Order: sequence, then structure tokens, then C-alpha cells
Amino acid sequence: MMSGLLPHPLMLPTVLRCARPISTSLALSRPLAHFRPHMDPDPSRPVERAIRSKLTNTLQPDYLEVHNESHMHAVPPGSESHFRVLVVSSQFEGLALIKRHRLVNEALKEELSSCVHALAIQAKTPEQWGSNPALAKSPPCMGGSKGDHTVEEKLKGGRE
Amino acid sequence: MNSLIKITARCLRSGAPAYLPRPADGRAWSAPARFLCADVKKDLGEMVKKDKVVVFMKGTPAQPMCGFSNAVVQILRMHGVDEYAAYNVLEDQDLRQGVKDFSNWPTIPQVYFNGEFVGGCDILLQMHQNGDLVDELQKLGISSALLNAEKESK
Repeated sequence: MMSGLLPHPLMLPTVLRCARPISTSLALSRPLAHFRPHMDPDPSRPVERAIRSKLTNTLQPDYLEVHNESHMHAVPPGSESHFRVLVVSSQFEGLALIKRHRLVNEALKEELSSCVHALAIQAKTPEQWGSNPALAKSPPCMGGSKGDHTVEEKLKGGRE
Repeated sequence: MNSLIKITARCLRSGAPAYLPRPADGRAWSAPARFLCADVKKDLGEMVKKDKVVVFMKGTPAQPMCGFSNAVVQILRMHGVDEYAAYNVLEDQDLRQGVKDFSNWPTIPQVYFNGEFVGGCDILLQMHQNGDLVDELQKLGISSALLNAEKESK
């Protein structure tokens, strides 16, 4: 399905206005460009790279997965707005879930205040990961981002 | 929509600074940002304490507008928690940003138990999966439907 090439007609002006020039041209000239395996570092995905490097530097994880789930939501193709991260780090030991999540949020403060609109987090200790190595699945989108002007603003890379 | 009106009415009745839904474009409410922020913060401080369970979400429990917000609604429903305050951040950009600043938490949904911030969808889901949610609800004086179901099956 070439969903990357043909956004919903109502979203077309948004795509043209907000998509970074590189992403747009890639999307048009190489329709499958952004359908890469999640773990393949993509130089044209600055946000994903930033998330990966910040989490690596701050939490020294034993294991890390960063998934761009923007394609599952009502945002233009090529967006970097919705992410899911799985962080396995011994720094989480003895910490309540909320403290672990706050550490992740803190590491990604810049991204979260600019273009990242949603961040799903799994924060496990190495022991917890060992006994249950599974990535949780995000619930289906219910379209809340469509026509949401603050999401458009974020995608433009503007600060709130 | 009903729950927002009920909540607003409650705010007005109790004499708390009224937290009213604002028009989507926000133009009518362009008061100095600092003044607005202080008001919102004070309102939020009261909002999160007024009810045992408070959820800031996108959409309403009857019609969630986000998969993560919907997950929170579904989990609460599973535990038989029907009485809770739900605030729709899509109706008000000041609330949407205000609650993020207030909780120091960057995303929606946000869940509060007894005025204390619990977390978002991920945390509530994990609490549900590992049994902590039943215990936390018990502490609030809420008997989870799942606890009752477990007892009945024994």
C-alpha cells in the first residue's frame, strides 16, 4: 500500500507546508524510503538519532530500542512525532516506574518540547528484561492528531 | 461533553476559580500569559484533589480521541472505576500545556490518584498487568471489579 505517497487529500497542504524538504523529496522520489526496518539508523531521521544517542549517553542501557510509530498515527508521512522506546538499564534498579519514566523524559526534554508529540516508554532493569523480553504494543490510533494545530506546530519543529 | 459541563458546574458551585472551556482558537482569552498560568496552576491544584481519580485525556471517556487515552479509559472500566473526573485537553490549549507544566510530564494522558500524579498510559497499564492497580485502588477505598471477580472465582 503506497500510503506514504498519497496522504489524505485534506492533509496535503499540511505535508507540503510542514514536511522538511529532504523528507518530502525522498517520499516523492523514493516512495519506500521511509519504510525502513525500525532498527536501521537513518541519517534523514534526526529526531530518532537524537533520541537514541541521548538515551544511550544518559542511561547507559544494556539494551535499547527506539521505534518511530508516527506512521501509526494521524500525521503526515515521514513525521517524527510519535515514538516508542524500550530501555533496559541497571540505573532503573530500585526506582519506581514513575521515576524511571521521568529519567527518560528528562533525557529527551528537548525533543519532547519540540517535535515529539507522544512517547511510549518501557523502562526495565536487566533482570526484568531477562525474565520478560517483550516489546509492548501501542494501542490503535483514534485520530486525535488530525486537524490538531499544535501537532502541526510541533512537526514544523517550532517550540511550544 | 457532559462530563466537562458537570465538572465545570462543580467548579462554579464550589466557589473555586471557574475553569471554563475556551473557544478553540483561544483568541478571546489572550490575557497576559503569566496571569493565566498562575490561575491555571491554582485550578489544577484543586482539580487533581477534588476527585479520587482524575484523568487528563484527549477526548472524553465516552469518545476518546487518542489510543493512549482510550487505553486508560478501558483499564479503569475493566476495574469497574466509573466515577472519575476526566478533563479533555483538546478543548483547551491552556489546560493542555498547563497540566504538562503542573505535572512536569510531557504527554497526555495523565492520571492522578488522591491528588498524586501516578503516570501516563504505560504506567497504568503496567500497574494493571502486575496487580498494583488493584492495590492502589483499594487504598483509595475503591474495590476493583477484578478483585471481586477473583474472589468470586475462588
